[in-house]
This record gives sequence, structure tokens and C-alpha cells, in this order.
Amino acid sequence: MSAVFEVSHLSKAFGGLKVNSDISLAMNEGERLALIGPNGAGKTTFVNLVTGRIPPSAGSVHLAGEDITSLGAVKRVRRGLVRTFQVTRLFPDMTPEEHVVMTILQRLGRATRILARFHGDSAATDEAAEILATLGLTEVARRKVATIAYGQQRLLEIAISLAQRPKVLLLDEPAAGVPSSDTPRIEEALARLPASLAVLMIEHDMDLVFRFAKRVVVLAAGEVIFQGLPAEVAKDPKVREAYLGSYAHAGG
Amino acid sequence: MPMTASASRTVGRDLLGLALIALVGLAGYWLFPDNLAFLTRVISVALLVLSLDLIVGYCGVASLGQGALYGAGAYAAGIACVHGITDPVLLILIGAGAGAIMGLLMGAIMLRAHGLPQLVLSIAIVQLLHEAANKASSITGGSDGLSGMSPAPLFGVFEFDLWGRSAYLFGLGLLLIVFAVLRFVTRSPFGMVCRGLKEDPLRISALGIYAFPVLLKMFVISGTVAGMGGALAAIATQVVGLDSVSFEVSANALVMLVLGGIGHLYGALIGTVIFMALEHVVAAINPFHWMTLVGAVLIAIVLFAPRGLSGTLDELARMLTRDRWRAGR
Repeated sequence: MSAVFEVSHLSKAFGGLKVNSDISLAMNEGERLALIGPNGAGKTTFVNLVTGRIPPSAGSVHLAGEDITSLGAVKRVRRGLVRTFQVTRLFPDMTPEEHVVMTILQRLGRATRILARFHGDSAATDEAAEILATLGLTEVARRKVATIAYGQQRLLEIAISLAQRPKVLLLDEPAAGVPSSDTPRIEEALARLPASLAVLMIEHDMDLVFRFAKRVVVLAAGEVIFQGLPAEVAKDPKVREAYLGSYAHAGG
Repeated sequence: MPMTASASRTVGRDLLGLALIALVGLAGYWLFPDNLAFLTRVISVALLVLSLDLIVGYCGVASLGQGALYGAGAYAAGIACVHGITDPVLLILIGAGAGAIMGLLMGAIMLRAHGLPQLVLSIAIVQLLHEAANKASSITGGSDGLSGMSPAPLFGVFEFDLWGRSAYLFGLGLLLIVFAVLRFVTRSPFGMVCRGLKEDPLRISALGIYAFPVLLKMFVISGTVAGMGGALAAIATQVVGLDSVSFEVSANALVMLVLGGIGHLYGALIGTVIFMALEHVVAAINPFHWMTLVGAVLIAIVLFAPRGLSGTLDELARMLTRDRWRAGR
């Protein structure tokens, strides 16, 4: 089976500083992969390279067999490479329903129509209601995002990405900033992501990584130092060294 | 269908708003029959401020050059009228077209920059046009202004007389139509994307939407509205001066918008009426220091009602109706 998402020898240097060097990884349909690494490992740069925010110094990115290395950020999204944000990026004055409806309208090519009523598209509204219901957001669907809990905002980020129907989903620390009482709801939402979807999770929370991912990639000082099963990552001496022991016991 | 109830509610609210504008407009007609020329100018500036709200309030693009669009409409209508196209409706459409083209140009230039450089570009554009209108005096009349217009009667019946009744009612009708259309536009999917762009452009691009064409479209719509405002002023006063394409008119428009409250169209109307009424009354009492009072009022608004007059009214209304609203839920 060919990979739906493939990063080959991706590198980025700012001046003489190599922030990402020679990163390669591949994902199949339905795969659950986690990218971890200590602070300053180059995770954010990696996300920016993959999503097309910044151009790489070398290497390539393929999505569903197509070389998307030279495509801009918007084109990559349209091809099916979708991301969530580490710090939620939502419209505070809009409701969750409006966020999801706008996303669906964009997917259907109707997002920038002038001669239509935003709230009059019943197909989009019905689908939005369905998505919001699966994430338990029905109750807050018509409240301004600024007034709903942060955990619910994180769930809304996931709702939006689902409405985009991606081929590959990049979750940038989906549980960051969420109080621990709310993390089970996030985890539940992640567990129910479509089975065929390839999901790459960038995460700090080791417990979450070990429960979610079937495979782990460890990044340190801009290089991949480990690729393998979650159970083996904590035993790897290079990983232990990179984390200076701070996470070395987390998997045990 | 859960949407129909709320949809009919918004339509009802819009009709109420339009009825209110019509009522206030007609009240002005009966109460101040000697000031209709001034009131017509208020309407034409209201169109300018509405057009600015589309860019500033809905898209988050700051502009101090909106006069470029207004002036383009005024000069286009004026020049057309001098050259024999005298039907007022046609002249409004010519102004709209000129404003739209200028909006397209202005957007294409301004949207290359962000933040402060963008603001500076807007000023540069209006200053350039001002100079161009000044230099091309054979076409525009230069600093003497463009005169010699005599618009034909409206619909072939209503003369543009000395009292300005036809011009005022024509302007009021135009304002009502434009306002209704803009309510619709701002509630369209396109309008929602604009609001999204104002709040977080990165999120919009992460949805797979290009910002540039959306913003450019809004500049064209804005230009159309501002151009109609300029054309109305040209028809009503039958003269077009250099001041119609000036930094001052642009800056005043922004002040009126902030005064009224940005991002909900009603604020543009309220701000224009209050600012111009204040100017009219205070300037009559003390022609040298009226700006001082306007400045003081503006400072008070920014300090005590940062969402503008309409935002504050909105909040008050919400406070007063909160219990009823809750019971209705």
C-alpha cells in the first residue's frame, strides 16, 4: 500500500542554524502517528514546513502521491492536508455552528457566495449539527465562541477539521491548555476520528501519545532520533538522553 | 427546521430597521424643510461612511483614503452630467461604476500591504487623486470645482428644485435600497468570511480560503457604495469640488464611523448623523472652535463607550430585554 502522506529528507536552515535536518516519515491511510520531542526540537518548524507556511531548504512533501512541496498553504488545505492549532484559532464573535457551517460551505465551494444567505443553507446547517452533536457541542452550538469553555473550543477545532474531510490531519497539541478534567473528552473525540483518516499528532503529553498513537517519531535538535512502537520509545537510550530523563519513565 | 424561526426573526429586525431609517428620514423632511440641502449631504456622506464600514468594520482593513472612492463617483457623475448624460438614476449608476473601478484599483494596491503601511498607502492614493483632479482642470474644473451640471427631472417628473425636496427623497430612497442590500451582503457566506478575516486571517487560510479575492470583492462593493454617495452629492449640489476627493473627507468618515460604532452598518448611519448635526449646529455658533467640541465628544466616546454609540445602545437594549430573551429561549 502506498503512503497517503510522505515527507522525504525535509530540511530547514535559518542562516547557519539547522532547525530541521533530513526528516523523513511516511503514513498510510488510517495510521495514527505521534511526533514528539523536547522543547526546541523543531516541531513547530516541521508543522510550518509541512503545512506550507514556510518553504523548506531541501526535501519534499507528498500527499496522496502528489508532490505538494511547492504548493502554498491554502492549496495544501484544498488538497486535503488539514491542521488544528496548538493555541485555538477561532472567531470569538461567531458561534460553533457558524464555524462549522463556514467550513462545510468552503468544502462545497460555496463559502464566498454573495447572493445567498449564510444561515439559509439547510444542507450545511444539518451537517454541522451532526458533527457538533458527535463532539457533544450541541448545547453550545449557538453561543459565541468567546463564551464557551476552552476544552469546548479545542473540541470545536476538531469539529472544524472533521468538516473539512481531510485525507491527512495534523493535530498540533490537541490537548494543550485544557484542564485535566476535560482531557478525557478530547481523547474520546480523537478516538472517534474516522478510521481511514491518517492522523499525525504533535504532542507533549506522553500519556495521550501512548494511548493514541500506534507509532511514534521522536525529534531532537531537528533530527529524527527514533521511529518505532510506543512501548519501545522510553527504552531507547538516544531518546532518554534527548529528554535528559524527564520523560524516560513516562512509558513504563 | 430550526433556522426558519431565527431567519424570519432577522428579516423582521431588518424590516424594522429600514422602517426606522425611513421614518427618521421623513421626519427630517417635515421638520427641517429649509435644511434639505444639508440633509441630502448627510445622506451622501452616510453612504461614504457605510462603504468604509464594509472595509474597516467587516474586513478589519484600516483606510484613511475612502474619499478616493467617493470622489471618483462624484467626478464621474459630474463629468457625465456636464457632457449631457442628465438622467439622475443613470448618473448614480455611473458614480457606482466609477467607485467600483476605483475600489478595484485601490484594493489591488492596498491589499499588498498590512497594518500601518496599508494605512499610509490609502492616504497616498487619495492624495494622488486629489492632485490629479487639481491638475486636470480642463476636465474637472480644478480648484474652482466642476460646475454647469443640470440633472434632468427624476423619472422625468420631479425637478431638482431650489428647495432640494426631490434630491433629498431621491437620496433617502437610495440609502434605503443600499442599506437593505448591504444587510443581505453582510449576512451572506461571503460576509461571514469577511468577518472571519477580520478576526483571524490565519484560520481562514487554514479552511482553504484565499483572503485576497474576498477582500478585493469587498473593496469593489465598498467602492460602488461610496461612488453612489459621491454621485448623489454631485447631483444634489450640482457642483463637484476638490474637497470630495480629499484626505479630510476620508479622515472625517473614519471619525464618524468610530463615533457610531464599527461593524454593524447602523453605527455608520448614527455616527454620520451625530457628527454632521454637531458640526452644523456648533459651526453656526462658533465657526472656529467647532472641531474642539467634536474632539471632546470623540474622546468621551472612546473612553466611555469604546464600541461606539450604536454598540452602547445595543448593549443597553440587551440589558433591558435580557429577561424576555431568556424566557423566549
